[in-house]
Amino acid sequence: MAMLEVKGVSRFFGGLAALTDVTFDVQKGDILGLIGPNGAGKTTMFNVVNGFYSPSLGEVYFNQKKISGLKPHQICKMGIARTFQVVKPLQRMSVLDNVIASAFLRVKSRAQAEEIAIETIKFTGLYDDREVISKGLPLGKRKKLEIARALATQPEMILLDESFAGLNPSELDDSIGIIRRIKERGITIMIIEHHMKVIMAISDRIVVLSYGQKLAEGTPREIGNNPLVVEAYLGEAESA
Amino acid sequence: MKKTLPLIIAGLLAVLPLIGLSSYWMHILILVIMWSVIGMAWNLLGGYCGQVSFGHAAFFGVGAYTAGILYNKLGISAWWGLPLSIFIVTIFALVIGYICLRLKGPFFALGTLAMGVILRVMAENLTTITEGDLGIMIRERTWIGKTWYFYIILILAALAFFLVKKVIESKLGYYFVAIREDQDAAESLGINTTLYKTIALSLSAVITGLAGAFYTNYMGYIDPKIVFALHDISIVTIMVVMVGGVATYWGPFVGAVIMVFLAEIIRTIPKLGAAHHTFFGILLIVIIIFLPNGIVGDLPKLKKLFGIRRAS
Repeated sequence: MAMLEVKGVSRFFGGLAALTDVTFDVQKGDILGLIGPNGAGKTTMFNVVNGFYSPSLGEVYFNQKKISGLKPHQICKMGIARTFQVVKPLQRMSVLDNVIASAFLRVKSRAQAEEIAIETIKFTGLYDDREVISKGLPLGKRKKLEIARALATQPEMILLDESFAGLNPSELDDSIGIIRRIKERGITIMIIEHHMKVIMAISDRIVVLSYGQKLAEGTPREIGNNPLVVEAYLGEAESA
Repeated sequence: MKKTLPLIIAGLLAVLPLIGLSSYWMHILILVIMWSVIGMAWNLLGGYCGQVSFGHAAFFGVGAYTAGILYNKLGISAWWGLPLSIFIVTIFALVIGYICLRLKGPFFALGTLAMGVILRVMAENLTTITEGDLGIMIRERTWIGKTWYFYIILILAALAFFLVKKVIESKLGYYFVAIREDQDAAESLGINTTLYKTIALSLSAVITGLAGAFYTNYMGYIDPKIVFALHDISIVTIMVVMVGGVATYWGPFVGAVIMVFLAEIIRTIPKLGAAHHTFFGILLIVIIIFLPNGIVGDLPKLKKLFGIRRAS
């Protein structure tokens, strides 16, 4: 069953078409990889799904309900959480307080929120850093904190925007593990990633964007063998 | 110890009038406590929620005029202005919030600054309601002495303190701080930023308005230039919190003590007295450079500073 349906979405900024007539579905329980060269419109796509932008044309449906045009907080309440490419922790709050703040979405009392938060930071491996003020965290942990905050809103679907960029190999393995475990919990994932090895290993399906248009869609194997994709994206990367 | 500290301080303040302070000292104490109330109110919006208002005189003035107009037009005791100002100020806060809260950062600050000025000009010109620049005089004072005024503002301060503490430790407080730290991130974590900013503004405005209504009763005279003053109300409100400590429970109190005493001391200096704003400006610059988190916020830094001095 399609959990998220993106139907003919275009988004213009003045005369620039950041997205042109993009259509794809995300199936419940899947990991969908969103790839494409820089400036292909991946983060714009996230911003449209998440509600920061409303699409200029087209519609987005979540669980058969139209979500395009809603505010980000409404969409989050319906069950879509996201992380940011440029990490946005609540800087002067401790790691635990950061996660508590987002856990309050589904519960009223502080005790319940703290319970969810502690469970979440244990899940993402941040428990030992819970008292650290998030401004002082190294990048790898800040990226984990982003994921923890998104998870604490207890979403059905999570959008991960380059959660692996700038991580060292051991942090990378760690994060892949976290994402697999998120999937095991039945949470649907849409992920933007430049790391080809990672995206090929974890994705169930992949959508390729280039210059704001959908270039291809398929399983990792299909995408890897698609000459168009190789030319526009992988080929370019290899020759560079 | 930490939990009982507010009670101890409230208790100490409560017995102060019993030791027979002069009328002048009681006046200073009342001003200190009134300014802590206004500071706590501003701190809720500016310190915790990150929405820096340069127009809190608007709410102070509306509260003050609610009390004044009740007395002047309806002949009711101006004390009824305290409960009534809660409703009137909330309405003003919702209107001002609707206009200003769509602005972010410095634009919000400028928007609120404009609101304060607009309300002053309105109060000056709507003479049929406000008596304009003539101001409103409360001709029958409730008490000659200052003791009861002191207890009333002390109770108000205690209520404000516990309200702020309760709010900050709850879901609201977490949401306020989340909005302060990153509005986009807060929004995508499911926080209705417009709603929660409006709540912060309304709470802050109501507490400020109560202080304004108290002011009318205590001083017995208000006019637009006093209660809607940009320098003497809006800016001093910000200074009280900045000097004392932004986003701390005790900051507004410490700031109020320093600002009221400073104003009194500077006033007594011959010739320079009129230039008290200059001194406030210099103080603000020093605070921002050396103690950006205020005296309470940078207490560890201050302790260290004096520790080193003692050692050398």
